[in-house]
Amino acid sequence: MIVFDNVSKFYGEVLGVNRITLTIGPGITSLVGPNGSGKTTLMNLVTGLLRPTRGTLSVCGIPPNRPELLMKKVGYCTQYDAFPPGLTGYEFVLATLRLHGFTEADCRVRAGQAIAKVGLQEAAGRRVAGYSKGMRQRIRLAQAIAHDPEIVVLDEPLNGLDPMARAETIALFEGFAKAGKFVLLSSHILHEVDLLSDRVVLVHHGYIVAEGDIPGVREEIQERPAQVLIRCDRPSLVASRIFELDSAVEIKIHEDRKGLLVHTRDAEKFYLLVNRLVMEHGLDLEAVSPADEDVQAVYRYLIEGEGRPS
Amino acid sequence: MSVSPETLRQILAVQRLEFRKRFLGKRAIPVYLLALIPLALFGGRAVVLLLGGLEGSSLAEDRVGYAILYRMLILRFVTFFGCVAIFVPLFRGDILDRSLHYYLLAPVKRSTLTLAKYMSGLLTSLVLFNAVTLASWCLLYVAAGPSVLFDQLGSFRGLGELASYLLVTSLACVGYGAVFLTAGVLMKNPIIPAIAIAGWEAINALMPPVLKKISVIHYLESLLPVSIPQTSGIQILADPASPWVAIPGIMALAVVLLTIAIRRVRKLEVLYGVE
Repeated sequence: MIVFDNVSKFYGEVLGVNRITLTIGPGITSLVGPNGSGKTTLMNLVTGLLRPTRGTLSVCGIPPNRPELLMKKVGYCTQYDAFPPGLTGYEFVLATLRLHGFTEADCRVRAGQAIAKVGLQEAAGRRVAGYSKGMRQRIRLAQAIAHDPEIVVLDEPLNGLDPMARAETIALFEGFAKAGKFVLLSSHILHEVDLLSDRVVLVHHGYIVAEGDIPGVREEIQERPAQVLIRCDRPSLVASRIFELDSAVEIKIHEDRKGLLVHTRDAEKFYLLVNRLVMEHGLDLEAVSPADEDVQAVYRYLIEGEGRPS
Repeated sequence: MSVSPETLRQILAVQRLEFRKRFLGKRAIPVYLLALIPLALFGGRAVVLLLGGLEGSSLAEDRVGYAILYRMLILRFVTFFGCVAIFVPLFRGDILDRSLHYYLLAPVKRSTLTLAKYMSGLLTSLVLFNAVTLASWCLLYVAAGPSVLFDQLGSFRGLGELASYLLVTSLACVGYGAVFLTAGVLMKNPIIPAIAIAGWEAINALMPPVLKKISVIHYLESLLPVSIPQTSGIQILADPASPWVAIPGIMALAVVLLTIAIRRVRKLEVLYGVE
């Protein structure tokens, strides 16, 4: 487990993250938040590139000030777009594997395997300086996974990747998760976070504003605005009864008059009402589904709207 | 204390990467140009004397002339500033080009990393500046004819002098290397302390005996094999340290400075944005 216990990090007087208490287990965990929210600070703390100003942190029981133990278990694909000069992609991965202390033969095998996993075999012999942004991202990913770490930390790993590479990379992360590894990633691409993550941690202004699985995060929000899509034979009946509830915010009846979109502050009450309508009025329901139980909706509510319904 | 094969491989990996980054690339050109200065000077003199059929100075004058040029040019200028250029960027250069995290993300103890980087700088400076010392010494004597050079190499005195110069160059690399690696770790702009140390070392000769001892150059010059006459205009050592003090003194200075550097590197964070 990756355990943050009341961790704070300040850069001089500037807040990085504050009072973070968080436990991260195996599977894919996504850190979501706007630029400057503290995502990279959290990742740098996990990998020992930063030290907490207050609080304690451990990664599988190892404190981050023991890199000789920690980095055998952790691979980190950073956002820093710099490379040792003059190296080809293959030499770059090989050089970092040598730093891990593997034998030369082992380094060569692992470098080849890691480069194959990110699909860069053809460009591996070219200098990194001539790589495109997406290729640089992939070779950094190869360097992070080449030693087969138990914990993979990825800062905006999908940045700059074309759709094909993006799909392959996501499949790679899913493979890690299936193998029981910890994958901690940050991303602004909320749609992909939604598809990919077992768990999200929403970070804003250095604080964790919500964490858990995506429906669970929504449950955590009191008086949350939820959008529910209903397809039924009498949408006007549903609409009229919904307005009797104090929690209704907005209702849009579909043009075909066979459905409506309800925006409510209390989803639980709303679902009970729908059940009653079915029982008492014989409402013919075709479908009831949440329209916004994705990361984007939660993110919009908690972060972009600063807690106000959008 | 035994070193595991894995740690040895990690040390070699750091050195391999450092050689590639710093000593085989464009960044090494200023250091090589610096090293060429004495070779150009002694080589030019040898060419002029040999091709022109001119008679040079006497052997005794050559010895003193070399002693002066070694102190002023090879030791105080080329080796000193060469060590600045080699050792300061070992950490500071990686911080400035935002690639230090590749080292910090490897399972290498920070103390091992610091020592491995120091050793890579030391090895390079030892090879380079000892080659300069050796080549310029050979060029000095070969100017009087190849037989003179072979006589010197065949004599106990000649070889002893050469060994002493090589020892002093090596100790300069050890001492100045530790000073400038530590400066590169501790200071955001290590050029300022480098200039301050250069100034301190330069005025060392004018200082009272107590202050003279607070410098690297005092101990290095104590080990030089040829004394310079007062009439040369260069202040000679008033109170030279014995080799039994000078050699362990420089080694101890290096150990102390590297200990300070290791303590700092253990706490080092990646804060590229504010560097």
